[in-house]
Amino acid sequence: MEASMRDRILGADIPEKTRQQLIGYLSGRDVTEEQFGRILSQVINEYGYTRIEPAEAVGIIAAQSIGEPGTQMTMRTFHYAGVAEINVTLGLPRLIEIMDARKTPSTPTMTIYLEEEWSTNRDRAREVSWQIEAAPLHEFGDIITDIVDMQVVVQLNRDVFDRRKISIQEVMERAPKKIRDRHHYRDFESDSDEKAATLTFFPKERESYQNLFQLAEYVKNVIVQGIDDIERVVVRKEEGEYILYTEGSNLRDVFEVKGVDTSRTRTNNIAEISDVLGIEAGRNAIIDEALSTLREQGISVDVRHIMLVADMMCMDGEVKQIGRHGIAGEKESVLSRAAFEVTVNHLLDAAVANEVDILQGVTENVIVGQPIQLGTGDVKLIAKPINQE
Amino acid sequence: MSTSFDVLDHVMVPDHQIMSEEEVATLLSSYTITHDQLPKIYHDDPAVKSIGAKIGDVIRIIRNSQTAGKAESYRLVVKRPKK
Repeated sequence: MEASMRDRILGADIPEKTRQQLIGYLSGRDVTEEQFGRILSQVINEYGYTRIEPAEAVGIIAAQSIGEPGTQMTMRTFHYAGVAEINVTLGLPRLIEIMDARKTPSTPTMTIYLEEEWSTNRDRAREVSWQIEAAPLHEFGDIITDIVDMQVVVQLNRDVFDRRKISIQEVMERAPKKIRDRHHYRDFESDSDEKAATLTFFPKERESYQNLFQLAEYVKNVIVQGIDDIERVVVRKEEGEYILYTEGSNLRDVFEVKGVDTSRTRTNNIAEISDVLGIEAGRNAIIDEALSTLREQGISVDVRHIMLVADMMCMDGEVKQIGRHGIAGEKESVLSRAAFEVTVNHLLDAAVANEVDILQGVTENVIVGQPIQLGTGDVKLIAKPINQE
Repeated sequence: MSTSFDVLDHVMVPDHQIMSEEEVATLLSSYTITHDQLPKIYHDDPAVKSIGAKIGDVIRIIRNSQTAGKAESYRLVVKRPKK
């Protein structure tokens, strides 16, 4: 194949993937100019045939293509998906979750990739995981509720601090601050003794045992290291690098942690992705999540259908659910909305607001008994030029 | 702590480019559509902020498509509506 032929392929009006396939197929072969011309025009022709026809009802086809295999999915699967005993919702519940565009999935989880320096060494990977996994104060020492002196004493264990690579001062400062900020509990004072490595809390009201025990509870559970939303981190080696899997998700905060690869780390929380990375990343997340959920169940749905659904959900700049609070509920036509769910409310509101239905969609025209504007029904007039050769 | 990262570096974020006025005109006339018929993107979308697009700009998005290899898509930058 000659260089000029390559340029003609690259200039042809066919998808990038087809171009590359054609180049791959023809390179290293002897093709004459005439043969090449025929091949190229045939490929372009063939590509034209594979394109969807104008006015084809792609939405219905997508709905049926996802819906039918959906009936074969397990209704309730909350099983442990292979990866490191982290519980992930799969099957139909997960698919519904994706299409409903829930703010938080029922089992949020992250896959955290590390930068090269950290990803090859188990201990360094573990260091990053300490920064991420939420650790309550009781993991750093013994907590004693002293009923005689009405105080809660935390005897910090220096070995734990060495292992977790965090300084005692940091924890001593953070613990009282976080109890005030996160739990909105302020009726206490605290005192720290760095030499003895003790942290002491007193309730303001010295008479009440109830206050003391409540304070002890807060002290025990205050998160002093890691990110609050991430309950558990599992380090696993995959294809020569260490990857962190988490239970709980907080993309924004994890991106701030040193050693985290901010170009590959991902979460299964679609709303979070579209917040932090933008709507286009959200669209990709919907496609990836839906496809992997279906694939895990052994169902193969063509990606085009899922892409259509994802495009519709992300069309207006934010992730919208498919349903009465999203795409279906924001349709222009009153009759179309009324035909979906909560009929009476829509008709009543439309009457009050003096809405007009211009009968352009499918549903409305079916209701009033007119031909729908799809397929052959969309063609109004075909003009045949008189001066045709 | 690491400094703020660029969202465009993330594998899930496709390439975003601001289109020139002529390009927008050709695009709209080739599909015979108007501005507001384009899909939207909010002005405070992280990718929009990263390339510095303003309200009213049209953004060309070059997606890595599983079917076509590369696919172009367009979005109009609009203000996020108040809830």
